[in-house]
Amino acid sequence: MEERPFNDTSYEQFLNERKIMGSKCKKCGDLALPPRSICVSCFSTEMEWIQFKGTGRLAAFTGITVAPPYMAKKGFGRTNPYVVGVVELEEGVKTVARIVGVDAKKPEQIKVGTPLKAEFLEKGEGPDKQISLAFKPYLSISSASG
Amino acid sequence: MTRKGKLSRGVAVVGGGLTKLGLFKDRNCKDFFAEAFIEMVGSVDKGFDPKEIDAVYVGNYSNDFFVNQAHWGPIISDLIGHVPKPVTRTEAACASSAVAFREGVLAIASGLYDIVLVGGFEQMSRRTTEEVAEGLAMAASPYEVAAGFTFPGVFGTMATAYFAKYGADREALFNVTIKSHNNAPLNPKAQFPMTIRDFMNARIERCRKKGEPIPQWKDEKDFLRDPIVNPPVAWPMHLFDCCPISDGAACLLLVAEEIAKNFMDNPVYLAGMGQGSGYSLHAKKDLTTYEATRAAAKEAYDMSGLTPKDIQFSEVHDCFSIAEVVHMEDLGFFKPGEAYKAVAEGLSRLDGPIPINTSGGLKTKGHPVGATGVAQLYEVWVQLRGKAGKRQVPKPNLRIGAAHNLGGTGGTCTFTILERR
Repeated sequence: MEERPFNDTSYEQFLNERKIMGSKCKKCGDLALPPRSICVSCFSTEMEWIQFKGTGRLAAFTGITVAPPYMAKKGFGRTNPYVVGVVELEEGVKTVARIVGVDAKKPEQIKVGTPLKAEFLEKGEGPDKQISLAFKPYLSISSASG
Repeated sequence: MTRKGKLSRGVAVVGGGLTKLGLFKDRNCKDFFAEAFIEMVGSVDKGFDPKEIDAVYVGNYSNDFFVNQAHWGPIISDLIGHVPKPVTRTEAACASSAVAFREGVLAIASGLYDIVLVGGFEQMSRRTTEEVAEGLAMAASPYEVAAGFTFPGVFGTMATAYFAKYGADREALFNVTIKSHNNAPLNPKAQFPMTIRDFMNARIERCRKKGEPIPQWKDEKDFLRDPIVNPPVAWPMHLFDCCPISDGAACLLLVAEEIAKNFMDNPVYLAGMGQGSGYSLHAKKDLTTYEATRAAAKEAYDMSGLTPKDIQFSEVHDCFSIAEVVHMEDLGFFKPGEAYKAVAEGLSRLDGPIPINTSGGLKTKGHPVGATGVAQLYEVWVQLRGKAGKRQVPKPNLRIGAAHNLGGTGGTCTFTILERR
């Protein structure tokens, strides 16, 4: 499908094109996200690209109130916390990402298992523009918080 | 038949030293290591000449970042009069010095050396809290950092997975914090030698002096529920779930088993040790277990021929309260999903059946990351020598203790079992 190397750089390039791309081992079918150049199940190096649908469920999360400097610069911190989590995708692999569309000030109300779908967050301007992966609840707000 | 999994020669621990832990901006790692070294030399019952040390292995995570000085091996070699003999620095984040210990053991077991000094040190106090957090995050996985995770955030994430799977909650983790702080005043080297009750009384006293309303907490848990004194850091991790920023150093003297009695009549021997590696969060098959700890434990139990039931007490890496609980399960002390109940029942108290973190743990003793692995083993060594004073494990015939050390967010874990014969 694509002649790009199976590495982190390609993963980020695809994200900037709003695609969640990982690798599938041609020999054993093992999936990896971000992509791997070596299959850690059978050690094959024959890979193909697979595009993930971007739907899944929340496997675990945290609400960050003491933010690292690069998030603090964006205004996050004690009075404006944010949520990150582990998302188990429909295809069976997990990824880590920002979780948006939830109340970061009430983390006790966020439920593991909440259905999520991918959201592409833009950061930076012009040629520096980058896309990072986030997820948000995709059922109605009432069912996500209930 | 191969000998895989067994050492070719036994190793004994015959000396040890640990600084008081805390924040000491006006001193540096040379001062810390010298303090630990001097205690170590004095602790060898029959005495020894430091000139006899064949090689030195020291763990240090990131003084490169914390104090802008790398290549600490030769600095320590010069400090203790070891030049021109070899010194090696190991780095495995918060498990840096447990790995130094392991390298020292392997060097003796191989027959290359007879007498090896192992140790570790870190100075974190010269950076701001935000900078230290950034420095520590360098030891997380690049994917986690890019997504906005912090170190406490990774452990908080594992806590929500654990809660969802086993029905535990924040209150269950309060028991870990209260238990560790109960041991703290018994350790003269602890950074925070205070029980939670001591913190409550100090706060009440402060309010009284300032003429502010006196807080009305029912008990320790009520105090820990109060977001004013225990604010969130990374849900569900709050301030009192997190270990402090610390400075300090520790060292141990290792010798070949056959010469151990030249140093002391009743040496402590290495029974087994193991080391494992672990995945980033997204690649973990199970978010409620540390595969690196399980691998390390299996290697150590197999080497020693011991089982979890044989371990009479253990230091367990408690950088965050949830880590202590999950590791107690991964080390086989309790079944998955049972450790938080065991802590609530008091089973891990100093006077319980399996005392965990008699030193007060990283939470109260302090966590100068590069020193921690050896500092934990120092505690086990002191306990097995019966010299732990007020925090001595009250068991007759105390013979087998262990230490578990974690690096990063679980990328490196070690488990080491020591025994008195």
